[in-house]
Formats: sequence, structure tokens, C-alpha cells
Amino acid sequence: MGGMDVLKIEALGKAYATAEGRVEVLRGVSLALAKGESLALTGESGSGKSTLLHLVAGLDRFDAGEIWLDGVAMSGLSDAGRAAVRRDRIGLVFQQFNLIPSLDVGANLAFQARLCGRHDPDWTRELAEALDIAGLLQRYPEALSGGQQQRVAIGRALAARPGLILADEPTGNLDEAAADRVMALMLGLVAKTRASLLMVTHSERLAGRLDRRVHLSAGRVSG
Amino acid sequence: MTWTALSALMSHWRRHPLQLILMILGLALATALWTGVQAINAEARAAYDKAATVLGGEGVNRLEASTAPLTMQDFARLRRAGWPASPVIEGRDRTLGLRVLGVDPLTLPQTAVPAGMPGVGAGDLADFLAGKLGYASPQSVGVAVPGVVLKPLPDLPPGLVLVDIGLGAQLLGVDQQISALLMDSVADLPGPIPAGMVLKRGGAELGLSRLTDSFHLNLTAFGFLAFVVGIFIVHATAGLAFEHRRPVFRTLRAIGLSSRLLAVLVMVEMLVLALIAGALGVGLGYLVAGALLPDVAATLDGLYGASVPGSLSLRPGWVLAGMGMAVVGTGVAAGGGLWQVWHLPPLETARPQAWAKARARMDRVQAGAGLALLAVAGGTLLVGHGLYAGFAVLAGLLLGAALVLPWVLARTLRSIARRARPGLAQWFWADARAELPGLRLALMALLLALAANVGVGTMVGSFRATFTGWLDQRMAAELYLNAESQDQAARMQDWLAPRVDAVLPVTLVERDLLGQPGRIYGVVDHATYRDHWPMLEQVPGVWDLLHQGKGVLVNEQAARRSGLALGDPLALPGGEVPVIGIYSDYGNPEPQAILGIAAFQARFPEAKALRFALRLPPEAVAGLSADLTRTFDLPPEAISDQATIKAFSLQVFERTFAVTGALNVLTLAVAAVALLASLLTLSGLRLPGLAPVWALGVTQGRLAGLEFARSVVLALLTAVLALPLGLMLAWVLLAVVNVEAFGWRLPMQVFPMDLVWLFGMALATGALAAAWPAVQLYRRRPTDLLRVFASAR
Repeated sequence: MGGMDVLKIEALGKAYATAEGRVEVLRGVSLALAKGESLALTGESGSGKSTLLHLVAGLDRFDAGEIWLDGVAMSGLSDAGRAAVRRDRIGLVFQQFNLIPSLDVGANLAFQARLCGRHDPDWTRELAEALDIAGLLQRYPEALSGGQQQRVAIGRALAARPGLILADEPTGNLDEAAADRVMALMLGLVAKTRASLLMVTHSERLAGRLDRRVHLSAGRVSG
Repeated sequence: MTWTALSALMSHWRRHPLQLILMILGLALATALWTGVQAINAEARAAYDKAATVLGGEGVNRLEASTAPLTMQDFARLRRAGWPASPVIEGRDRTLGLRVLGVDPLTLPQTAVPAGMPGVGAGDLADFLAGKLGYASPQSVGVAVPGVVLKPLPDLPPGLVLVDIGLGAQLLGVDQQISALLMDSVADLPGPIPAGMVLKRGGAELGLSRLTDSFHLNLTAFGFLAFVVGIFIVHATAGLAFEHRRPVFRTLRAIGLSSRLLAVLVMVEMLVLALIAGALGVGLGYLVAGALLPDVAATLDGLYGASVPGSLSLRPGWVLAGMGMAVVGTGVAAGGGLWQVWHLPPLETARPQAWAKARARMDRVQAGAGLALLAVAGGTLLVGHGLYAGFAVLAGLLLGAALVLPWVLARTLRSIARRARPGLAQWFWADARAELPGLRLALMALLLALAANVGVGTMVGSFRATFTGWLDQRMAAELYLNAESQDQAARMQDWLAPRVDAVLPVTLVERDLLGQPGRIYGVVDHATYRDHWPMLEQVPGVWDLLHQGKGVLVNEQAARRSGLALGDPLALPGGEVPVIGIYSDYGNPEPQAILGIAAFQARFPEAKALRFALRLPPEAVAGLSADLTRTFDLPPEAISDQATIKAFSLQVFERTFAVTGALNVLTLAVAAVALLASLLTLSGLRLPGLAPVWALGVTQGRLAGLEFARSVVLALLTAVLALPLGLMLAWVLLAVVNVEAFGWRLPMQVFPMDLVWLFGMALATGALAAAWPAVQLYRRRPTDLLRVFASAR
């Protein structure tokens, strides 16, 4: 793999067994992401975008091909090894925010950074101010609007300064104005941390704001 | 439409069979323990009723002594005055182990003649009057009464022989004394009730039933506690079923089902489940009762001398009561959910926050109600009297503490979470708090079960420690000897005099004492009594006064029941005597008094000393026993050594508490099932909270470990709160309930090892309940966790 690639995927294959038989979700997908680069993954529903993101995050195992993250092959990692990769190298942002309901915003924001032992209070404070959530740190997720929750989720993903941000429809639950604002914040902070970004989106408009775009169709890269 | 809607509702149980199983299991267990206890009580009460109606029940009035015992002279006097009275003598023959009822068939009122007993003119009457024939229940006809043929009479209770009054007096070792005079209740009284007598109307409660009431109330309380614990399971499961089905309720309302019809359908569904679980519970209860009844029968015999058959009959009363409790329990457990289904508007039904708000309100109301109950328990303790007040205190304490528990746990967890290291540790505690609403009912059940275990364990432990010490004092003599006759007794005394340190005659009469059948002893002046007798209160120089005939000793239960204190006069045949000492007398339901031997013989010249306590060096016991047996050709039961008597007494003691012990363990098992039920049903609901933590880099193994630890920690926190509650429970049992029920008060002792055991049990309960859900989480496929993120879309 190239020396500058944070992420490299080669001939990735993934299938699920269903009641109707075996369904191939990904069929030989290959792509690469350089340090500091942002890439939009677009495609129809069921094209395999989210599955690809989950495989990169080590949330699921693939059947064929390989994923290298900072030069480390994911296929050779155990469950604990993949958990460590997620914890130490990746920041995840989900469409439904997936904050931890039992922790307040401050604890949610710092949660992953504390897990991997890279909690930096100054950076966390800076993030909170940049994301305009500094006044919400004592609140619990249930008391926040969707836009506020997503800004907390983005802050959580960036708090440990990971090399790679994986975002799955991060603005899918927000109205257009809120989506634009959240997107601008995320891209600005990703650029500031020199992280790479792989983002799944349906929106052509948002995809256009990233460095590159890859289109998936029926489990294959089509453009 | 109704059928379609019902099948839509019922489809939930097809998709969630575990919830269905837990709901039915919880209700069946609750019903089983309740029904089991009711079956035991019903069996015992039937035996008492049989005993109470041997001589006519409501058809017969009894004239009993109010001061001095009745005698045959009283009978003769009343007959001469035209009273249609018939003498009866009752008592227990300790040698035969039988209750003896002696009657005079020639004067016995017609309403008092047991069915099947020959009347005047029948062929058997001559044999009966001659003391050659007696009657017993079919189960007891095999008992050997020397010189008497026993014929079966089905109306008699087990363990009772009906004989002629002459034979009865002989068997009971009394001469002229009688227990009561019977009269037909429809006959007019020829005059005012004679002085020194009281008239007891037919059907009035018999002493046996009154004595054992406290024991049965105890059992009922435990059965009810187990039922309440079981209902917590049903409440938890039904609550989750209601929450799971919120979308279905909304859809059914949206397509045109009225809230009333929906509520009725849910009610029908719950009723069907209640009937299935109730039937299962009644069947299980029969098995529980069958297993416990022999111990209960032994306890009742050992404690009260009450004969209860060791086998169980199926009685419609407790079967129907069991089914009724299952239905009522389901109604109580599912009532809240049903109310919400009925009253929340269609759209509100689907909004979790509406339910959450309603629940938060309920939690606050619940904590307030809990505090109020604790206050009521405290108030009752201060001003209440009697056994029912004691149980009211217990119920208030237990239910109050259970209701307050979720609030206390939430505050504790919040406080710990604030102090925990930020990160995973903080999440662990914060999430434990978030998990509380789903587990609160199970934890309340666990609190009740653990507190009951501490309370009863401490009570039994205190009792055992006191009882063992008391036995050592009371059974100071090394050997106890029974003679067959006065002649043999005299020969034994002569033979023993040079061979032992002391021969202490045990002289006693069985007389009514303070209105109840009791015993009066005469004791010689010896260091054995002065040094060892277990006195609770005494005047100075008590033993000198006793042997000067200036006072009497009474046992604790006699003093408590009659409110006797030192210096109070005690009415005895031959005149009143002041009480100069009160001694402990555990395990004996009867009142007892002790006089110095001279005063005793003056009052009861007819009493024979056929029993002796012997003092001798312990190493000489075996040799002397062998010599005595050989010299006097004694049967084995004539000699008992101290160790054998102590072992027997301890065995009676252990059996007494075997039933409460078994119910305790069963209650804890029910609580463990409640916790397991809640954890299993929660495991699916908790995934959305756990999946993000997993996605952020915590392995499934570690998550499973943390989930396991969380449940164990919650169980242990509950145990920490159960500890003071259990000790309070023990104090109420020892200082209030036992005093009312048995007439004695024991010093409370705390046993640290028992408390360690409590934490062990809490740990085991938490671990057992948490293990399977944790294993399930560990084994869960990542796709299940991923679905949390996918289903968000």
C-alpha cells in the first residue's frame, strides 16, 4: 500500500445469509484515503455504503479482500484488536448520534478520549466552544435537540484526535440549515486536526463539499 | 374485529416466549408458596376442628374452674342441685404420647356423644365403663394402652383416645380432679353459675386453636411475603410486556378500537394467563405443602402437643383461594399498565416520554408511600399491642423499605457516579442508575427476601444460642429416671442413695393454672437448683423463701400472659402465694409453677414422685445406667441421660424452624427468578445503550463483564440496605411477635458469620441472575449490535 494512505481497501467482499439465500452486499470494493483527505461515499439504499463503513470500523468481519488502517491489516486482528483500533485510531459519527444516555454532555464528549487515555481538557474545551455546546455540558442527551446531539457526537469523535473519522449519514436526521451548520463545523475541525474523513451520505450537495466522491452501486464502486 | 385485535395482542407472547414463561412462572411460584401455606393451615385447622368437636362442639356448654380445680365432689353437688352436668377429664399421657379424654357415658349429654360411640344400653357399654374398651381415630387404634382394646371411631382426631372417666383419671395420674363439666347447650341452667366456675358457650375457641393461632399466623405471614415477592416478578414482566406493546396499542387505537374495548381485551388476556398460572401454582403448592407438612406436624406436636396428620388432603377451600390469589395478584401487578392503556390518549400511548413521566411521578408517590408506611410501622410499635400489631409493624417495615429502595439506590448510585473516575467507571455507575427503573421491582423483591433471611436467621440464631445455654442450666442433672410405681420408686431411692451425689425427686401435678392446663412442681432444696435454675427475675433470698413456703416461682410465659410481676399473688389450690421468681422455660406452651417440696406436699398430698434427677460424676453415668437397668429390670425409656434429652430438645427446636427456613430459601429463590426475569427482558432493551460503547472500542467480553458486575453490585447494594432492615425485623420478631406468640422474650444476638452469609447469598443471587444475560451479551453476534445503528435509519 502507498506510504501516505491512512486507509486502503482492496477487493473487499461481504455477504449475509438471509431466509431468501445468500446476499452479497459488497463485491470487490477497492479504494484508498490519504492523510487529511475527505471522501464521500454515495449510493442508493442497500448499495453497501454503511456495511463498508462498519467493516472499516471493525464492527463486523469481511469475507474477502483486505482493509489496511495505518498499514495494519484488519483481517489479522482479533475482536479485542479491532476494538483497540476503534478506540485508538477512529472517530465514529452515527446518523442517530448514539450518545450514551446515562452520561451528561461533558462526560459524553470526553468519553472516547478517556477510554484511549488521550483526554486533553484544553482540547475538549476548545471543541465544545467551537461546536457551540460549552453551555450544555451539564445536560443529559435527552434534553438536547437533534442538532445539538449531533454536535456532541462530532466532538466525541474528534476529542481523541483520531487519524480517521468515519461518519454515517451524520446530518441525515437534521433539517437543511442545521445540516449545513453541522457539516461546516465538522469539516473545519477535521481539517484542523489533519484527520481523514470517510463519510456516507445520500446528499449530493454535502458530498460535493468533500475532496473526493466514490459511488457504490450493488456492492461495487461505480464512479 | 375483536378477535383480530385479540390475536394481534396475543401475538406478542408468540414473539417473546421468554416473557410469557417468566410471567407464568412468577405467578405460579407466588401462588404455589401462598397455596402451600394455606393448605398446611387448612389441614391443621381441620385437625383442631375435629378435636374441638369431639364432644359436641356448639351443642355443648362447658363449666370450667375459675379458681380452684373442679373435683368429682363439685360434680356430685351440682347433680344433686339438678344440674344436668357430666364430668370430663382431659390431659396428655406423656408415656403413651396420647391426648386422653375421659367421659362418663351415663351422664354425657346426647349432643356430646361422638357418632358411632355406643350409648346407654349398648353391648359395648359395660366394657367401656369397666375400662376395658376405648375409642380412637382409625390412625391411632394401633397404639397400645395396657389392658384396653381400642376401637376405631372416624370422628375422633388422630392422637386422642376416648375412655371412661375412671380409666382417664388413672392414665393421667389424677384422682378426684376433673377438667370440666359438660351440659347440653339448649338446656336451661337450673340456677346461677356456682362460685368458682365459669360457663363457656359451645363453639367457643378451644385452647389448642388459640395457642397455635400465632404459629399459623407466622406461616401465613411468610406465605404472603413470598406471594408479594412473586407478584413483583409478574409486575416486572407485565410492565415490560405493556411497554413492548405500546406501538401495537397505538395502532389498534388508530384503526378504531375504543380504549374501553382495548382495556377489556387486555383484561381477558391477563385473566387467561392468571388462570393458567394459578392452576399451575396450586399444583406446585400442593407439592410444597406435602413436602413441608411432616415438619409442621412435628413442630405443632413438639411445641403445642397438637396432633396434625402428616399427609395432605385436597381441599376446595385453598384450591379456590389459590386461584383467586393468582387472579387478584395479576390484577394488582398489571393494574398500572391497564390503567395507562385505558386512560392515555391514542397518540400519547406511543410517546415514551409520556410513559416515563408517568413512571417518574409514580416513583415519587411510591417513595412517599414507603416513608409513610415506615412512619406507620414506627407508630404502631410505640402504641400497638398484640400479635396483629406486631405483624403490622413487620409489614409496614418491609413494604415501606421496599417502596423507598429505588429512591435510595438512585441517590446512592448518583453520588458514586459523581465521585467515580471519569470514563468507563463513570459510565458503569451512571448506567447502573439508568438501569434501575427496569430492575427496581426485582431489587425490591430481593430486598424483602434478604431482609427476611437476616431477620429470621438472627431470630433463630438468637433463639438457638439462648436455648442451648438455657438447656445447660435447666438440664443440670446427669441422669433422669422414671419409676413404674411408688414402691419401685422407694426401692430405687434406697438403692441409689449410696451410689450418687444426690437424688432429686421430680414431683408434679397437672392442674389448671391461670385458666389454662399447666403443671405445678415441688422441688427439694439442693444446690442444683440454687446454682443452675435459669431465673429471669427474683427477689433476694428466693430459694430460702421458696423452701420456707413463702412464695412460688412461675415460668416466663405464665408471667407474661397473666401480667404477673414479682410480689403478685398467684392463685393455687390451698390458697394464694406471692410470686418470688420468674424463670425462662423455652419451648413449653403451658404455664408452670414451682413450690418448695414441703409446701407442695401440703397442697397436693396425692402427688407421687415417680421421676428423679440424679447428680453424679459424668464418667459414672454409663456404669450406673447399666446397673440400674439390670437391678430393676428397667425398659430403655425409663432412663434418660442429659445428653440424650438435650439432643432431643435441640432436634425439636430445629424442626420447629425447619419450615420457616424452607420458606425463607424459597422466597430468596423467587427473588432470584424475579431478578433473572427482569435482566433477561431488559437485555434486549439495553442494546441501544450498550452498542455505542462497543462501537467506541470496548470489547463485547468486557461489556458482558461490566453488565455482570453491575447486576452483582446492585444486588450487593440491596444487601447493604437489607442488613439494617433485617436486624430491625429480627428485633421486632424477638421483642414483639415472639413475646405475643410464645410468651417468652429472647435476648437478640447478632452473628457476624450470618451477615457474611447474607452478602454471600446476595452475591450468589445477583451472580446467578446476571450470568445468563451476560453470557448472552458476550455471545451476541456483532450484527445484532450493528442493527442498533442500522435500525436508527
